[in-house]
Amino acid sequence: MTIHTKAGMKYIDEFRDGNLAGKIAANIAAEADPRRHYHFMEFCGGHTHAISRHGIVDLLPGNVHMIHGPGCPVCILPVGRVENAIQLAQTPGLILCSYGDMLRIPAANGMSLLKAKAQADIRMIYSAADAVTIAQKNPQHQVVFLAIGFETTTPPTAVAIKQAQQLRLDNFTVFCNHVLTPSAISHILQSPEVRQLGVVPLDGFVGPAHVSTVIGSQPYEYFAEEFQKPVVIAGFEPLDVMQAILMLIRQANEGRAEVENEFTRAVLPAGNIKAQRLVAEVFELRRTFEWRGLGWVPYSALKIKSSYADFDAERRFRIPAISIADNKACECGAILRGVKQPQDCKIFGTVCTPENPIGSCMVSSEGACAAYYSYGRFREKNPIMTREN
Amino acid sequence: MTGSGKVKPGYSRSLDLKKGCVEMVHGSGGRAMAQLIEQLFVAAFDNEFLRQMNDQACFQSFNGRMVMSTDSHVITPLFFPGGDIGSLSVHGTINDVVMSGAKPCYLAGSFILEEGFPLSDLKRIVDSMAQAAQAAQVPIVTGDTKVVEKGSGDGVFITTTGLGVVPEGIHIASNNARPGDKILVSGTLGDHGIAILALRENLSFHTSIESDTAALHDLVACMIAAVPDIHVLRDPTRGGLAAALNEIALQSFVGMMLYENELPIHEPVNAACEFLGLDPLYIANEGKLIAICTPDDAEKLLPAMQAHPLGQNAAIIGEVIEDTHCFVQMQTRFGGKRVVDWLSGEQLPRIC
Repeated sequence: MTIHTKAGMKYIDEFRDGNLAGKIAANIAAEADPRRHYHFMEFCGGHTHAISRHGIVDLLPGNVHMIHGPGCPVCILPVGRVENAIQLAQTPGLILCSYGDMLRIPAANGMSLLKAKAQADIRMIYSAADAVTIAQKNPQHQVVFLAIGFETTTPPTAVAIKQAQQLRLDNFTVFCNHVLTPSAISHILQSPEVRQLGVVPLDGFVGPAHVSTVIGSQPYEYFAEEFQKPVVIAGFEPLDVMQAILMLIRQANEGRAEVENEFTRAVLPAGNIKAQRLVAEVFELRRTFEWRGLGWVPYSALKIKSSYADFDAERRFRIPAISIADNKACECGAILRGVKQPQDCKIFGTVCTPENPIGSCMVSSEGACAAYYSYGRFREKNPIMTREN
Repeated sequence: MTGSGKVKPGYSRSLDLKKGCVEMVHGSGGRAMAQLIEQLFVAAFDNEFLRQMNDQACFQSFNGRMVMSTDSHVITPLFFPGGDIGSLSVHGTINDVVMSGAKPCYLAGSFILEEGFPLSDLKRIVDSMAQAAQAAQVPIVTGDTKVVEKGSGDGVFITTTGLGVVPEGIHIASNNARPGDKILVSGTLGDHGIAILALRENLSFHTSIESDTAALHDLVACMIAAVPDIHVLRDPTRGGLAAALNEIALQSFVGMMLYENELPIHEPVNAACEFLGLDPLYIANEGKLIAICTPDDAEKLLPAMQAHPLGQNAAIIGEVIEDTHCFVQMQTRFGGKRVVDWLSGEQLPRIC
């Protein structure tokens, strides 16, 4: 890739303009009703990261609260699947490839792929295509791509599988862990904490950015209508997030519950049809899938279709279904559901730190605990995500 | 260089610096080793101490406080835009010595070579090292060579050790930062790390950025001449600005507040970081320094730095504050605040 400096930076700077941020902040302050509180969940880890990295909480009035959602693909992968990957990597002659953050996820007994790497061939890659290249270059080795992520990373995995088929690579397989955003949002909205108990007050969602470029804005219309919650799809730049918060406040004030699209520069109502077709060709729905924090969520993940069974690592290596409970002291589950905040966890910042993560939320920079630990720790008296009623 | 076997002219072929490669015998203490040392290392580094061909360099003792520092270099790739492992190994150690305010005097260089490494590449590296040492006027006065079997190394590893003398009245140390002090950097951040990253085979993106590798002794001398009472100097290498400031904050038991708007960062570095999900504050530098001094001194120090070729883009980027948590914080360009934490994990291995 060639990075063209001028155009690239202009794009970034435009969406990080402090003066514009100040203007939106003034509008938010003027329009937020001081007699009530607003609780918005940003579903995506990308938003969590932007909010923390740019200090967005400092620009919001005290009665506008952000709740971090479960949209960090690394954080929601259950321990059992990580354990599967670690065991698979021990297979003699096998090369396991995955994205960087995956390697650091803690599994059982303090093990991680990064630690297993000392004795196994585990490689960090930047794209699914890299895994195909590795398979081409190492015909005598089995190469497994540990695929994770929401709808954004699924099409590239589909491309890799189709490419491997064209190249007749018989040493390339995918350990598929792709998950679906709408089912996770439904699950949160149907959870007793939100529906019955009111433990998690939710007045709306900042909708996914990159996921929506693939699936479009239409899939969210169901939530808006069924659960009467506004959704504003927003880009991952800080001005996008600020604008989305303002749009959510307006909807809440006017009693509307609609899907609005702040990220019009990239998201179409129907999404990317070509990518959707590609995914539908290679993958099919799993009846159920375990999420860290959310438990078993029906129809929330994808598996490889039987017509591409040759490229399915779960079939080739007969990967067993194992379910391993989280560390007892770890509150990642409750944090991923928005029920608790990082600082509510007893081991946050003491036993569990980015250097020695116990829970998955402390691993990726998009995880709520890591973002809070790395960027917001100084707010001791005024926590980054207050949720008082 | 160790070994003292004298090679009779005419009895052995001279070193094939074009097509030859490092062999196990080059580290065995015999004629081949003596030949390598004479024809490659001594020829390039030539100075009165090396010419004595002893196992040690002998020199007069200095008056005043002396400083010593050592640094191993394992960078991959060995050659990169703006430098190579040779120049880097000279600059790196000189910079570690001068961050105390010292004048660097002597260097020692130690090589671990991998069997099969092309002698032409080794010559390029040694010549670059000699050039860097000569430019800095710091001679390489002693050294060592070892050869390991093919597969046991990665071409060449270089360890350099430096010795320097601190001028009278200069007391620069990492625990000297005081609340109210200003924090300065000598130029743009992250150039070295991004230049290296662009060459890694699994990334292969193109950028115009070159490594900033440079010896900072002259810049430091100019700075001390302008402001003798600099409190802290530090070169932000591995872990970048963030790691260096966190270390200083902890050692001085203070906090820091940076201003994102004031950070000098080349546009291509920012763009590459955006692409790869990296933060330029954590990217390595090899020719930059951080200085901390009182606000009054900062007014004098900044123009002195900017007047030097290696400090043209110098800027005041923040201040030292009282904070018992020793947090390094940043006022973001966006208008909020955040912690600039220690680097966790590895952003990029084998960077220097």
